[in-house]
Amino acid sequence: MSSDSEKEAVEKKPEESKPTETKPPEKPATAKPDEQKPAATKPAPAKKPAPTKEEPELPAFEKGIADKIIEKFGEKTTISFVKPDRVGIKVGRDDIHNVAEFARDTLNYDHVDSVAGVDYPADKEIEVVYHLSSYTDPTLSRQILELATRAQREEDPIPGNDATKLPSLRDIFYSVEFHEREVFEMLGVYFEGHPDNRRLLLPEDWADLPPLRKDFRNKGR
Amino acid sequence: MSSPTLPPGLAIQKADERIMTLNVGPQHPGSGHMRIIVQIDGDYIVACDPDPGYVHRGEEKMAEYRNYTLNVPHLERPVIHDSCNILYPYVLAAEELLGLEIPERAKYIRVIASELNRCIYTQYWLAIYGIFLGHSTMFMWPAGDRELLIDLMEKMTGARVTHSYFIPGGIRNDLPANFEDVCLRQVNYFEKRIKEYADVFYNNPILISRTEKTGVLTRENAIKLGTTGSVLRASGVDYDVRKKEPYDVYDELDFETNVMKDGDSYARSRIPWLDMMESCRIIRNALQKMPKSGSVRVKLKPNPKGELGSVYKRIESGRGALGCYIVSDKKVEPYRVKLSVPSFRNLIALPHLLIGEKLGNMPSVYWSLNYWPVEADR
Repeated sequence: MSSDSEKEAVEKKPEESKPTETKPPEKPATAKPDEQKPAATKPAPAKKPAPTKEEPELPAFEKGIADKIIEKFGEKTTISFVKPDRVGIKVGRDDIHNVAEFARDTLNYDHVDSVAGVDYPADKEIEVVYHLSSYTDPTLSRQILELATRAQREEDPIPGNDATKLPSLRDIFYSVEFHEREVFEMLGVYFEGHPDNRRLLLPEDWADLPPLRKDFRNKGR
Repeated sequence: MSSPTLPPGLAIQKADERIMTLNVGPQHPGSGHMRIIVQIDGDYIVACDPDPGYVHRGEEKMAEYRNYTLNVPHLERPVIHDSCNILYPYVLAAEELLGLEIPERAKYIRVIASELNRCIYTQYWLAIYGIFLGHSTMFMWPAGDRELLIDLMEKMTGARVTHSYFIPGGIRNDLPANFEDVCLRQVNYFEKRIKEYADVFYNNPILISRTEKTGVLTRENAIKLGTTGSVLRASGVDYDVRKKEPYDVYDELDFETNVMKDGDSYARSRIPWLDMMESCRIIRNALQKMPKSGSVRVKLKPNPKGELGSVYKRIESGRGALGCYIVSDKKVEPYRVKLSVPSFRNLIALPHLLIGEKLGNMPSVYWSLNYWPVEADR
């Protein structure tokens, strides 16, 4: 159980949609001083009896956000973690657009802080992580909602012309525009529906692999 | 809203006798290391396409090859003037992954270093803003007054600009003897000096006439575009990570956030200056509350391994909210480090601000975004 719950934070695992999954920090000492809710998601250092003990310790507000999404989308989403001020949701490729729309219209998230692409060659997938945040809703000012979705990864990528594609969230969150352009050039994930998929940071004549993929090695390393 | 997009330099465009395309940069003092492709109709900008990337160094890739401590010196390079603040979210995230509890004194010293750095960065930015507008005095004064704080940082960290002061587990070294008194004296003098900028710069009718009502960003657009920091607060959104999600000891300190409603270049240039005064207040407050002795870092195991999982931390830097996302796979090196930098986030506003402006207003609008090209490119 403990190895499962730890693994799924990085690797995609088919798992039950119980909202009990948190990543057990090794020590209770990881509690940050700026977190107002002490001991939330800080299960006992003992790893085995986790499931029964974790549930009451989850921060209530964050769990409420996660539950709303699970309630609406059910099987299509899984909770990857619920920590103080942070909620992580895994969404399938086909539902990311709907979940993002729900997060904007019902949960009041209004912009993205960051869009990160993470390459997982072992899973043959590339994960794109959207960090949503809110300026307008004061109850959400501390919160980050992390929506993670995965695209199929190709061994010999032809960026833009292979199966590594995801729907763009540009029509929901305008602020993803440059972030998605960066993910496209750095990892080769093409965002369908994005109006402008040109290179942003890389030179126009870059003909190598997308550089943030794991098989692009730094020279001498 | 939408701007006509230009192909990146190679495609042939339909000739239009009215519209002229100008490449501002990448070797232009008015753009930094970036290119702004503008199309002008007479004196007015009709399209704008920012083209960053000329100083892209692959910091995120480099971070995947070094352990948590060795990542410190190179991750501060994107903004060497604000090096404490760009390291701050990385260090906070690394500490959570490594499971470190930071001594109280280190937290206060971090806040002081971070606020001093904010002032140093803002002074540098202000100096360039002054020279952009042809105001040489406003170049000389901040550049000179900045030295006071650089001397303080040198006493504190041993380096004038690239400090590498924050490390996972605390800070590199304790304050030198008698630092508190010197710091208080310098900061008080510094605050007196920056108040004088009002007379020569901020209340100057020439500056006001050139920046007021230019490049207006409405509150709705500021939120929609996901801008941050001074750009956001100049448009009337009261959001400062130090207040909204306090990290380290910011919740125990006494300060205000500065918000202006206008959203024009003048408001955007004024907010960082007001922030510097708040920084002085925070530093004085922190010096007072800081524990007078104690350890300043926890000892790390050699090559510590991060806890499996991911962490997203954010702080308020001199330019806005700076986030760091670290994914760890229980190895010595982080699996992925992503810096979400305010310059990159604010860049998206540039086309929206410039379209419809006169070309002559471009430098002031551009620099009022508090944009640092090297940081945006990482």
